[in-house]
This record gives sequence, C-alpha cells and structure tokens, in this order.
Amino acid sequence: MHSITVTVNGQAYTKEVEARLLLVHFIRDVLALTGTHIGCDTSNCGACTILINGRSVKSCTQFAVQADGKEITTVEGMAGEALHPIQEGFKEEHGLQCGFCTPGMIMRASDLLSKNPNPSEEEIRWAISGNLCRCTGYNNIVKAIKYAASKMTEEVVES
Amino acid sequence: MSENYIKTPKEICGLGHRMKRKEDARFIQGKGRYIDDIVLPGTLYMDIVRSPYAYAKILSINSEKALAIPGVLAVITGKDLEAYNLHWMPTLMSDTQMVLPTDTVMYQAQEVAAVIATDKYIAADAVLAVDVEYEPMKPVIDPHKALDADAPVLRSDKEGKTDNHIWHWEAGDRTATDTAFANAEVVVKEQIYTPRIHVVSIETCGCVADFDKVEGKLTLYMTTQAPHAIRTVLALVAGHVGLSEEKIRVISPDIGGGFGGKVPVYPGYVIATAASVLIGKPVKWIEDRMENLQADSFARDYHMTCELAATKEGKIQALRIKTLADHGYTDAAANPSKFPAGMFSICTGSYDYDTAFTEMDAVYTNKPPGGVAYRCSFRVTEAVHAIERMVDRLAQEIGKDPAQLRFENFINKDQFPYQSALGWEYDSGDYHQALEKAMEIISYDELRKEQAEKRANGELMGIGISSFTEIVGAGPSKHFDILGIKMFDSAEIRVHPTGKAIARFGTKSQGQGHETTYAQIIAQELGIPAEHIQVEEGDTDTAPYGLGTYASRSTPTAGAAAVIAARKLRDKAKKIAAHLLEVSEEDLEWEPGKFSVKGAPDKAKTIQEIVFAAYTNHPQGMEAGFEAVHYYDPPNLTFPFGSYICVVDIDKGTGQVKVRRFIAVDDCGTIINPMVVEGQIHGGLTQGLAPALYEELIYDEDGNILNGSLMDYLVPTAVESPSWETAHTVTPSPHHPIGAKGVGESPTVGAPPAIANAVVDALSHLGVTHIDIPITATKVWEILREKGVAE
Ligand code: FES
Ligand code: FES
Repeated sequence: MHSITVTVNGQAYTKEVEARLLLVHFIRDVLALTGTHIGCDTSNCGACTILINGRSVKSCTQFAVQADGKEITTVEGMAGEALHPIQEGFKEEHGLQCGFCTPGMIMRASDLLSKNPNPSEEEIRWAISGNLCRCTGYNNIVKAIKYAASKMTEEVVES
Repeated sequence: MSENYIKTPKEICGLGHRMKRKEDARFIQGKGRYIDDIVLPGTLYMDIVRSPYAYAKILSINSEKALAIPGVLAVITGKDLEAYNLHWMPTLMSDTQMVLPTDTVMYQAQEVAAVIATDKYIAADAVLAVDVEYEPMKPVIDPHKALDADAPVLRSDKEGKTDNHIWHWEAGDRTATDTAFANAEVVVKEQIYTPRIHVVSIETCGCVADFDKVEGKLTLYMTTQAPHAIRTVLALVAGHVGLSEEKIRVISPDIGGGFGGKVPVYPGYVIATAASVLIGKPVKWIEDRMENLQADSFARDYHMTCELAATKEGKIQALRIKTLADHGYTDAAANPSKFPAGMFSICTGSYDYDTAFTEMDAVYTNKPPGGVAYRCSFRVTEAVHAIERMVDRLAQEIGKDPAQLRFENFINKDQFPYQSALGWEYDSGDYHQALEKAMEIISYDELRKEQAEKRANGELMGIGISSFTEIVGAGPSKHFDILGIKMFDSAEIRVHPTGKAIARFGTKSQGQGHETTYAQIIAQELGIPAEHIQVEEGDTDTAPYGLGTYASRSTPTAGAAAVIAARKLRDKAKKIAAHLLEVSEEDLEWEPGKFSVKGAPDKAKTIQEIVFAAYTNHPQGMEAGFEAVHYYDPPNLTFPFGSYICVVDIDKGTGQVKVRRFIAVDDCGTIINPMVVEGQIHGGLTQGLAPALYEELIYDEDGNILNGSLMDYLVPTAVESPSWETAHTVTPSPHHPIGAKGVGESPTVGAPPAIANAVVDALSHLGVTHIDIPITATKVWEILREKGVAE
C-alpha cells in the first residue's frame, strides 16, 4: 500500500492505495465522486476524462499513485455558485442525451477552451475526438462548446 | 392534428416548445445515478470467466487456486446452477440460452464461471486463477455452411434436433410474385449483407442484486430498458426457488444509452441474482467493454438476396427477398412472438405495388446470440436497406434519376391508409413532400451538375437518396406480445393538492428525455406547467406495468397513455369547475390551464384551483383526489417516414469516403419537443453512418472475434461524423391521440442506404452496382484499383 495526497476539487485527501489501483477507481470508489464514468478498457471512450493540474487526462490510463501531489478537477468541481458556462452550454444547446459521456466531454472542453478560447468547429471536433458519444451525433456537443466559448470570452471582456 | 393544437404559453410549455431538459441538471453536474454508481453496504463483486474458444467441450473447471485468494467467496459454475435448475433460461424468442454451461461452450467469450469476491480487483485476480480445461471442436461460423449435411448439430441439447435450422418465416404471395418476375421487362438482383454490429452504448451493462433474506425480497438494480417484463420473467423462471413476483423489485436507474442492447436478459444478471440469493448480500456485476462487445447481443447479420421487377420505364411491379439470418447459438432476438423476423415485411417500402414475397431462414452458428436492436430492433433497418438499395439499383439499370424514379413510384398521399403488399396498413404519409423538401434544401439539381463536371475531371462525387418508411409503436395487442405479455403501455398521473403532479410510466428513458417530453404532453392536456410535473420511470414497485422503451414505442404507446389519463382528469376537472362556478358543464370552455364560462371569460377556475377543490371541496358523490391511470393499447402501428440525401466525395488515393453534406427530412407526426426530436435525429444519423462506413463485428474461421475492443471496432467520433442538417414535415398519425409517431430509430434506419447509395452513385459510371456496408476505405480503394482509377 502507498500513501498518496491528492487535491480533488479543492479538497486535499490522503489515502492508502494499492499500487495497481487505477485513478478512475480511486476517484469513483475511494472518493465516491461518481460523476467520472467508465466506458471502456482501452482508453478509447473518454468517459473518464478529468483535469490533472489543468490538463485533461483519461483517468483510466493512470494509476492513483501517479496523481500523488497533483491537483485534480472532476465534473463535480466545475460549478461554483452557478453552473460553469460549459455545463450551461450543454444544457442550453441540448448537448447531451443519456448523459454518460457528458462529464468527460465537459472536462475535455474545459482543457480545449483554456488553450484555445475561440475554437472553430473543426478544432472542436478534433479536440473531442478522443471522447465518444453514442447518443447525440456530436452536432449539439459542438454547439454547446461554442456556446461556452462565447460566454467565457464575454465574461473575460466584462471583467 | 397538430395544427389543431392550442399552442400553450411558455409557462405551461406544452407541445411544440423547445423546453430545456429537466434531467440535464443532474447529468451535467456528475449527479446522474447509473448502475455502477450504486453502492450498497457490504456489496460483493462478481467477475466472469469467459471461454477463449468458439466451440469446445469443458473437461474440467478447477476453482481451488481462485478460492485460495483472500477475499474470494465463491466460484459459481454451471453445475452449481444446475442443482437449482437455473443453468438454462428462456430467451425472449422462446428459445433457450445457457446461464452457465455444464459441458459445452458455444461462442468465444461465453460465460463459463463466475467469481464472487469482496473487491473487484480481487475478483479479477480470481478470474485468472480459475483453471478450465477445454477440448476445442471445429465450430460453425459461416451461416451459409450451417445447413450443410456435414455441419455439426450445435444445439444437440434440443431433443431430436438434426440440423442448425431455427425457423423459416415467409410473407406475401410466392406464386403471384414468381409470375410477376417471369413476365417482367426489367429485373434487377443483388446480394446484400447487413453486417453484424453492436450498439456500444457508452455505459456497458450491469446490475446490483440485493436479496434481503429476512424479507425474502429481491431488489434488482439493472441496466434494463424493460424493467416490468424483467420482473415477470424472473418470477416465471425463478418461481421454483422462491422468487415470487410481489417480492421482486426491479429498478432501472439512469441508463447510459440502451439502443436495444439493454432489452435482453444476459447471463451475468441471472448469475449475480442467484449469487445474492445464495449469499444473502448485495452482488454487483459490471461488465467491461470487451465483454460487452464480445458477448452481449449483436444486431443485424442478415444475408439478403434481393430482386425487383419493373417495367422498362421503371414502374416497380414486384419485390422478392430471400434471407439467411445468422442468430448465433440461440435466437435471443427481442421481437414480438408472432414476428420472428420483426417487421421485416415493411421491405416493400414507400412505393406503390401489390406483389411481393419474402422468406427467411434463421440458423445457429458458434457466435454470440441475438440479434437485438441497434437503435432498431424489429428488423426495419435491414428491410429499408434492401428496398432503398434496390430502388437505386433499378434507377441505375434503366438510366433514370433515382429521385425521379422514386417520385414515379411513391404511394400518393391520398392513398392513405394504405394496404401494403405484405399486409401492413400504413396510417399516413406524404412521401413526395418530404423528398421535394430534401432536394430543395440540398439543391439537388445543382449537385447533379457539379457531379457531371467533377466526373469529367476524373473526380469522384456521389449523391444518395433514401426515402424510407418506418414501422414503430408496437403495438396493438391483437398481434404483438413478448413472451405472451401484450405490448400495451401505461401512464399514471397524480396531481397534488397544490396543483403539482407526479407521473409514472411503464417505459424507461435511456437518454430520450422522457422526464421532459412526457411532462410536456401532460402540460398540454391539463395546463399544469411542465416544470411542475415530475416524471418517474423504472421502478416496478411504483410505476404502472408496461413493456418498456425500445423500437421507438414510448411516444406511440406510453405517450398516448399519458394523453388519455390526462383527458380523464380534464373531464373530472370540468365537473369540479362546473360545481365551483355553479354552471352546467356545457357552459364551460377549456383553454390550457383553465375552464371559463362561455361568454363570461372572467368567470373562470384555473386548473390549480380545481385540483385544490378536488381535495378540499369536491362535489358530493364524486370521488375525492385527482389521479388517473391509463393502459393504452394502440389500434395500429405508426409509420414515420422521411427522405434523406447524402453527398459524398471519394479520395482516389486512399478510397476514403467523406460525407460532405447530409440532409434528413423526417416526418414523425406531431412534434412534442423539436429540440429533443432534432437531437434524436442527429444521434440516430451518426448511428446510421457507423454501420454504413465503419462498424462490423468480424470473426475468423475459428470463431475468434477480430475486433472485440474499441481499439479496432470503430465507433464514429466527432471527426467522422459530419455536421448533420435536419428539417421536417408534419403528417400526424390519424389514430394516435396527439398524432405523434415516434422518431428514435428513423435516422438509423434511413441513413445507411442514403450513404451507400451515394458511394455507389459516385462509382456507378465505373460499372459498380452494389457495395456491402460497411463501405470502408479499403473496400473502396480495392474497387478503384480494380477499375484502374486508384491514384
Ligand atoms: S474509460 Fe474509456 S477512456 Fe477511460
Ligand atoms: S449523451 Fe449518451 S453517450 Fe453521449
């Protein structure tokens, strides 16, 4: 067993974990943050996407011990008082149906928009190409991310 | 009918409003409650040992090493279940399926044993530690060889079985069809294969079985699209071990996509349930993606020989289709009992002719059982692919534009209700309008000009049309049942004293947005704001009985039930309003949200006032309260339709097909929430694109699956999926109480032939008449090379 300290959504946790414990299982089973989902076993679906130190990572491809000392954000950490503009975009543009891919998509979009605040449709499509959605056909996910991009740019201008 | 609807104000949000979904709040904040999110105190974990062989004798199973691992509680084998007579179970098609084998495995990845442990990592270790000794046998993989005299009889468990034939089914007039073909001026013929594919809902399947020994009650949380049917089936097959129906509660929590793959009962559910009953603790089983892809029900896998007879001008005269259906080792499809090939006989399509014959033989092979849905369970996709490809084939044969040929053969809108050659009564349609609209939006004539220019320059561009007719909303109980249970569906509405409601249904959303759209239906009928109507599904202890959500049946059945239940309440409201206003009922008129006295609009009672009175001041002699329930048995199926046009460009260097534009004009009758309908269409189109260009489960001759993970089974991403364009026409269903028809599967049904037709169209001048889907870059490139045009 190994002792790790990880900050998740602003809260520090110190836990004893097996070396082989996947980060996604740590988040879901140890911390009971079940918004991060599992959709495959080959790192293809992106349902498990989270942010580690601000960069999106498929949490099924890392061990919990690799996250020692890192800052993690999961979908549960996105909203403050109000919804995060990306969450709002998904609701306003009907960017989700069953909702299973949604947390991963939101986290991936967060990474994209932090690097590229005003992405084109093409850029959005490539950016989320590691995240599968079986319900929406992606049209409205693209729109949701565009919605968030313009809202976030507005917010920056305002402040 | 929709045009007659009073448009409700935004606060009420009845039909036609683009209401934002009520369910989204939890999903966008990571608060959905999917199966794997359910953790009960003391939960044990189950994992499954699976067969590496497609066909083998099990010589021995040694669990010793597994049981020696700390934390492993049990290893369950077929022999253990045999002691309770639970080693076999019925399929929804009244065939039989192993829960766990006692002596023979029938497909690769079949369940062989299950381990139960205190932790999922320990369970996974134990799976590796179970020693199984097999004696591999030569499997039957090619369905065309399944009926050969020297093929081994796979289902030797069935007494007297001497071959691998499952059933023969036919529809139509064989003699008249043969005669029509013998006399036809033009006959076209193609072998068309609709490949074996898999739904790949992003959430896999799983369950948490929780048997309470003290109460004798089983609570089964399960990824199921049909919780009520599951409860009844459990009571029927496990009654002998003490599971009585009132002591079974099936809860279908949030479902991460279903598309039909969550209709069947997989062995894992049954083993977990048995384990929980035996051990008396909650047992959780969540399959991983490879298990899901390799062992859960497949869809399609029809080998069709299709022929169309016509005049030389292109008037269609007759259709003949002979199909070989590969069902794997058991028929575990989910069709209504009387329809072993589902609604395949919709294959005459959107065209007016009176002669057709179709026959089908289903066979056993050493592959996983099925075939269930891939966003269309009842074999409509296969039928539509056949007819829409053949209509294009005919157009190509006689040198006529495929749009023109369709216009000349469409059933006219004044011919509805229309009796099809294979016995369906199409309720309504306007096929000309839908195709005209699609052609206009995409500028069809311009595209044809562009294509001619490109062709002259040696570039490959194609335009494909599909004008499909769907058949959904099963169904009238006269004809439709699953294991004898009639396919009605239900709604129960309870309005609380303050005028807020809860409504429960026999269906189960898997992303379709029922919490919003059902609320809108009730809002329309009762005038209670949709935001104050809470919709619940999926708990058999609380919801009224229904057969669940699949085959685009929720709106046609449970949606209709909601309308009728709400109308019962509106009738009651009228009586109460008359009592409160001291007028007779005839003097009252309704507008959404209130009854007012005719000619004196100020004298009115709102629905909220009326409901409050139902609890506080109801007329003498009237039952108090404000609730209604309705079980809706539809008089007919509904027949949504549409016309899709696809434009593709083909890269001569790589053979890659790029969908440049795709317009989908759909007609699903009255639209409840346009935003939700468009979303369903987008998603269905990508699931139509998938088998058209990318997806197929491939087996080698030994029955090894060659693409059993998402590494090599290509689910389209946002990059493959084009930006879909949608539009609609509205032809309400004449028999549905609000004229709605259902839409979920239409795009999955309509898209593949539009795409295939576009690719064939791009290559038609090279003499190409058909390409089987999925039309991969490799397939196209090989054709280009053979024709000498590859770069
Ligand atoms: S679970 Fe699929 S990529 Fe992590
Ligand atoms: S919304 Fe269902 S998988 Fe994306």
